[in-house]
Amino acid sequence: MSEKFSQKMFLRDLKLPFCPGCGNYSVINCFLRAVYELGYRNFKNFVFCSGIGCAAWIPSPYFLADSIHTPHGRSIPVAMGIKLVRPELNVVVFGGDGDLAGIGLSHLIHAARRNVDITVFMINNQVYGMTGGQVAPTTFLNLRTTTTPYGNIERPLDVSRVIADVGACYVARWTTIHREELKESMKRAILTEGFSFVEILSQCPTMFGRHAGFKSPAEITKWFKEKSILVEESKKLSEQELADKIIVGEFITRKFVPLSQVLKGLKERAGGDRNEG
Amino acid sequence: MKNKLLEPGTYFMQGNEALAEGALFAGCRFFAGYPITPASEILEYLAKKMPRLGGICIQMEDEMASLAAVIGASWGGVKAMTATSGPGFSLMQELIGYAFMTETPAGIVDIQRQGPSTGQATKGAQGDVMQSRWGTHGDYMPIVLSPNSSQEMFELVIDAFNLAEEYRTPVILLADEAIAHMREKVKIPPHSAIKLVERKRPKSREEPFFGGKDVPPMPPLGEGYWIAVTGSTHNEYGIRFTADPEIHRRLAQRLVGKISKNAEKIIKFEEFNLENCDVGIVAYGCTSRSVYEVIKLAKERKVNVGFVRLKTIWPFPEEAVKKLAENAEILIVPEMNLKQLYYEVERVAGCKTNVFPLNKVGGGEMITPEEMLAEILRRFGG
Repeated sequence: MSEKFSQKMFLRDLKLPFCPGCGNYSVINCFLRAVYELGYRNFKNFVFCSGIGCAAWIPSPYFLADSIHTPHGRSIPVAMGIKLVRPELNVVVFGGDGDLAGIGLSHLIHAARRNVDITVFMINNQVYGMTGGQVAPTTFLNLRTTTTPYGNIERPLDVSRVIADVGACYVARWTTIHREELKESMKRAILTEGFSFVEILSQCPTMFGRHAGFKSPAEITKWFKEKSILVEESKKLSEQELADKIIVGEFITRKFVPLSQVLKGLKERAGGDRNEG
Repeated sequence: MKNKLLEPGTYFMQGNEALAEGALFAGCRFFAGYPITPASEILEYLAKKMPRLGGICIQMEDEMASLAAVIGASWGGVKAMTATSGPGFSLMQELIGYAFMTETPAGIVDIQRQGPSTGQATKGAQGDVMQSRWGTHGDYMPIVLSPNSSQEMFELVIDAFNLAEEYRTPVILLADEAIAHMREKVKIPPHSAIKLVERKRPKSREEPFFGGKDVPPMPPLGEGYWIAVTGSTHNEYGIRFTADPEIHRRLAQRLVGKISKNAEKIIKFEEFNLENCDVGIVAYGCTSRSVYEVIKLAKERKVNVGFVRLKTIWPFPEEAVKKLAENAEILIVPEMNLKQLYYEVERVAGCKTNVFPLNKVGGGEMITPEEMLAEILRRFGG
């Protein structure tokens, strides 16, 4: 199939709702190119789940696909229910940092621990954008938001590190300026057998930039560029030197039997009356 | 434990086991749950038996995740259920509203225990009656069933699945600790005698999946239907529309209406001795077990007791209660809570007759036939 790439292959005929300069546009572009390069020409083999927040609107209802837009934080267990009964489908979650690492963090950790074979894209704009710009569990220290008028007093959660530690098979982090790297990571994540997670630092000029002191989307992406350091480079630096950095790259690649295959084996083991008792 | 459904015959079964087996008969092949007294036996039974029947039983990280996974599995095309008790039922309310809004068939079991909060975790109660009706936010109309024996745990869970599939909605099986932990005879009928309902599938891709008719067809995932499921207000094609008052009005009225319009078909109850009764009793669940006995005791005191036993609590069986109120001089509503369904009986029957509550909470102690008799004699004389 040599059909030329077009976003129209994958999108409903609806106007995307995001603010001018929103990082979600880059995320969508990278993702659609990633699936195209993997050979897909439509989303028939995919199901998308998302929770609440701007990032959750990426697939729902804009992707010409089956999409399930769940309550806040619950996209991952819904995705898990789908994947376990329909293991042949690519189940992909889009969510923001508030959705996945705030209210839904427990589900995210357990899904990685269980190695459910789903792919999760966390768009981290460090803020609750849809509700007007409140502090998130990922907001950098000292940044101003509407609920931290004197600067954020809490340390941010390094979500990618946590998810790599609890058993995910693929974890990577990029920012919206790392388009090529992000697209390649998205491809690898989709191809991963097992739980895969890609965190994308993304700019929210409207609700994050305004309060944190960035005058334009470009100022935020410039800030990403200055702060980003590759994971390999970061190993040479001390914890103190890294405090102000965004470590990007692939954090882990491992092979481990995914949950849907484990369950298939369990059915075979449990079958029959030999385990009477 | 065999790798197939129980053969027809008579078994001695705990209520929770009968319910779990009934779910398997209903075609449930996905269960997700979180341990909680007094519902854990359902999860344990299905953890063992579900994989033998080719299904999936999984213990989740909490009750929200449990119902969320059930909803995902249901969209995946598999009949699915979760089970919990009051504290977990409270946590599930967000997802109950979501299942209702997205028209997702699902079985939700609440084995009631003494609340509020952690309360008396091992002791039975009937305190979740109103939570089952009004627990989630916004306008909705749940279907809630109330079994009063191991036999009915088996039967009503099958009804629950059938109703869920028929009306594309979550159905709550509201049992209580006494019924769940009691062991008694269960008759498993010939398998061919059990009728199962399956969700309607769309005939074409153009058909709306979220409107058009009271119960729209539910499309399968992964077949190019491009289903947009959302808990936000949506049009009949599932596309989110949160600014248009008319779209919300139409959706909310249809979702409530598809249950209330069919209430007569949904509602099940038993009635005894409605002709010539002096005193009417409206009861459900474990409390209804004492009424069979009090009918005899009252008879000895020359008082005729009529009885409506609710198998369906919501939608509320108004007609049955009205009929009882027309026949009886007074109504008594015994419940193991501090007045819940009493208010509903009062609403329906209060203009016809006096309605009196009889309440008992704490320690899972049942309302005994003697206590009911004393109340009858106090209120009615004889």
